[in-house]
Amino acid sequence: MKNYETVFILNPALSEEQVEKAVDKYEKYLKSNGAKIVSKEIWGLKKLAYTIQNKNSGFYNLIEYTAPADVVSSLEVEFKRDETIMRYLTVTLEKDAIEWAEKRRNRNTKKAS
Amino acid sequence: MAGIDEQSKIKNEGEIRYLSPLDINTSKAKKYCMFRRSGIKYVDYKDPDFLNRFINEQGKILPRRLTGTSLKYQRKVATAVKRARHLALLPYVGDLLK
Repeated sequence: MKNYETVFILNPALSEEQVEKAVDKYEKYLKSNGAKIVSKEIWGLKKLAYTIQNKNSGFYNLIEYTAPADVVSSLEVEFKRDETIMRYLTVTLEKDAIEWAEKRRNRNTKKAS
Repeated sequence: MAGIDEQSKIKNEGEIRYLSPLDINTSKAKKYCMFRRSGIKYVDYKDPDFLNRFINEQGKILPRRLTGTSLKYQRKVATAVKRARHLALLPYVGDLLK
């Protein structure tokens, strides 16, 4: 079991509901494959630094989880099949990165409250 | 016998002479690795505003000799910038970024 972090960008043409549905779908997918969700962040509609598929913006989402190693590759296959996903990036989190992620989360919750 | 005052009066004719070397500060501020100094251990690719310090106006990664970053963290900065580019948080090529 390792810690992973996945950022994926969804098509900006989707409605907010559809975005939430898509995020829920992948969350469920991870959970059903024996992963534990640590945190989830929806950054919302953001401008892209360059055009992807002729689009200038996208819905950014971040999921942090611990999972057995084979889950990541199957999740990425799902991402490839999904046409609404424009980009994704999965990163393993090492010791320092986990610390940083916790700090970041605390800061974000403080800001929100 | 020309005194100092007379010499200075005819300065427009010849070169300027100084009796003692001028006080010009030639020592530059020492560069340092900001990650080591401020104790940052992980370079986050999700923060494009922070990574902005390590790229130039065209979006190229700045060399260590300009930023003063230590080798260990320069490698981490490089991977972070590349990840940010993949996620369209930073451009691959830009113009007038700053």
